[in-house]
Amino acid sequence: MSALTDDTLPVTPRAMRDEMIVFAAMAVLLGLVPLTGIYPFFVMQALCFALLACAFNLLIGYGGLLSFGHAMFLGTAGYCTAHALKVWGVSPELGILVGIAGAAALSVVTGFISIRRQGIYFSMITLALSQLLYFIYLQAPFTHGEDGIQGIPQGYLFGIFNLAKPTVLYYVVLAGFLGGFLLIYRTINSPFGEVLKAIRENEPRAISLGYKTDQYKLLAFILSGTLAGFAGSLKVFVAQNASLTDVHWTMSGEIVLMTLVGGLGTVFGPVVGAFVIIAMQQYLAGFGQWVTVIQGVIFVACVLTFRRGVIGEIAHYFRRSL
Amino acid sequence: MQALYAQLLVGLINGSFYALLSLGLAVIFGMLNIINFAHGALYMMGAFCAYFLLSLTGIGYWWALLIAPIVVGIFGMILERTMLQWLAGLDHLYGLLLTFGIALIVQGVFQNYFGSSGLPYAIPDYPQIGEWRGLQGGMNLGFMFLPVYRGWVVIFSLVVCIATWYLIEKTRLGAYLRAATENPTLVRAFGINVPRMITLTYGLGVGLAALAGVLSAPINQVRPLMGADLIIVVFAVVVIGGMGSIMGSIITGFALGVIEGLTKYFYPEASNTVVFVLMVLVLLIKPTGLTGRAA
Repeated sequence: MSALTDDTLPVTPRAMRDEMIVFAAMAVLLGLVPLTGIYPFFVMQALCFALLACAFNLLIGYGGLLSFGHAMFLGTAGYCTAHALKVWGVSPELGILVGIAGAAALSVVTGFISIRRQGIYFSMITLALSQLLYFIYLQAPFTHGEDGIQGIPQGYLFGIFNLAKPTVLYYVVLAGFLGGFLLIYRTINSPFGEVLKAIRENEPRAISLGYKTDQYKLLAFILSGTLAGFAGSLKVFVAQNASLTDVHWTMSGEIVLMTLVGGLGTVFGPVVGAFVIIAMQQYLAGFGQWVTVIQGVIFVACVLTFRRGVIGEIAHYFRRSL
Repeated sequence: MQALYAQLLVGLINGSFYALLSLGLAVIFGMLNIINFAHGALYMMGAFCAYFLLSLTGIGYWWALLIAPIVVGIFGMILERTMLQWLAGLDHLYGLLLTFGIALIVQGVFQNYFGSSGLPYAIPDYPQIGEWRGLQGGMNLGFMFLPVYRGWVVIFSLVVCIATWYLIEKTRLGAYLRAATENPTLVRAFGINVPRMITLTYGLGVGLAALAGVLSAPINQVRPLMGADLIIVVFAVVVIGGMGSIMGSIITGFALGVIEGLTKYFYPEASNTVVFVLMVLVLLIKPTGLTGRAA
C-alpha cells in the first residue's frame, strides 16, 4: 500500500498547531460568507459534499479502503430524513437522527460484507452493493422512484431556528459541517486512527501485533458511512428533495473525484476538492455532457501527474502536514 | 414453458456478454494488475464501431465482427502505452481511478454526440443459402422458437471464450503470458519483451469487450451508456467467480446469466438485483469467491 498517501511526516505538536490554525481560518472564512453576498445555496451544497468527502477520506486516506459506493449512504440518509420529515412530520433534529440511523444501519450491514475482501475487490463490492441499493430504491414505493421525494418541509430546528431562512439554514449546515469535520479530525489523531494507519501500511504486521484488523476496518467503515449519512441528511434541508441521483454510481465517482483533487489522506483536501468540483459543476452547467468529459479528464490528469492533490502538493512543498 | 425457455435464452445471451467481459477483465488483471473500469465504455465503442462501419462505409456485420475488435483493441493499446504503463508499481487503486476517468471521457463524448437514446443496428440478412437469410428469422425446435441470431450469439461467444482459454492455457504464447504474470522480471531475463506483451494483453482483453459490443448491437441497440451499468454487474460476476482462473470466469459468466434469466421468469422484480444478491451470499459463505485465491 505504499505511495498511496504521502504522510511520512510525523504528527508533531507543530503539525497539530498548523492544522488548528488552518481550521480556525476556514471556520472564520466560512462564517463570513453570508455577509459577502455569495449565493449561500452554492456554499451550503459544497459544505454538505465537503463533509461527505471528508467521511469518504477517513476510509481511503487513513484506512486504505477505496469505497466506490459511498453514494449509498448519502442517498439512504437523504431518503430516511426526507420520509421522516414529509410523511411522519417529525421535527428537523429527529429527521436528521432518523437519516443518520438509517445510514449507520446500512453501513453496519454493507461494511460487514465488503471488508471480507481487500484492495480492488473491496472497491468492486462496494460499487455492486450501492448498485443493488439503487435498484431497490428505484422500485420501492416510499422513494417515489424517478420522481424522488420532493417539497420537503424545512421546519424549526429545536423549535427555535427557522430553517426556511437561508442565513439560519446556512449557519446550521456550517455548524454540522464543522462538527463532523472535528469528529473526523479527532478520530484520525486518536489511538484508533493510528491503528488504522498501521493497517493501511501493513496489514499482516498489524495482525501479528495482535490487532483484530477486521474490527478496526469495520468500525472505520461504520464511522465513515454514518458521517456520510449525516451529510446526506443535511443536504435534504438544502436541496429540499431526495432523489435517485444521490444513490447513483456517478455520485460515488464524484465523491472519489473530490477527494482525489483535494488530496487523498490530507485533512483539508476533501474540503477544497468539494468546493472545486461543485464550483466547476455550477459554472459549466450549460455545457451538458461535457461536464462528464471534463470530470474524466480531471481524474486522468490527477492520477497521472497530480496524485497528491491540491492540499497534498501544498503540504509537500512546505513540508508540513495539512 | 415457452416463456421460460425464452427467458433462459435471454439469460444465456447475457451470460455470453458477462463471460466475454469478465474474461477480458481477468486477463488484463493478471498482466497489468489493473481493474479496467473502462471495459464497459470499450464494449460500447465496439458496438458504435460496428454502427459506423455500416452507416458510413457500408461494411456489414461479418466484417465488423473482425474490424471492430481490432480498431478498439488498437485504441486500447494506445491507452496502455500513453497512460496505464505509467502506473506500474503504484497502488492498484490508481489503475481503477484512471480507467474510471477514461470511461467517463469516452462515455461523455459519445453521449454528447448521440444523446442517450439507442441507434438501431439490423441483424445481417446475408449470406443467403437456401431458406437461410443470414442470421435473420428463426427456427422451430419443437419445444420453443429459436431466433437464429440469439442462438448464434451464444454459440459464437462460447467458441471465442474457449479459444481464449486455449490460447492462454495451452499455447506457447499463453505460457509466456502466465509466466510473465507470475514473475515479470525473470521472464524479461529470458529475453521476452514483457512490456510489449502487456500492451498486447490489454489489447486482447479490450478486443474481447469490443467483440461483445458488436454481438450485442443488434439485440440491445447501440447506446452511449450501454456499457455503464453492465460493467457493474460484471464486477459482481468477477467478485463471485474470482479472477484467478480463466475457465472460472467463463463458467461463472454463463451461469450467472442463466440464473438471471430464470429470475426474470419466476420473480421478475428481482431480475436487476439477483446477481448482486448472489454476490452478497457468496461473500458471506466463501469470502474468497468461488474459484478463488485470496486477493
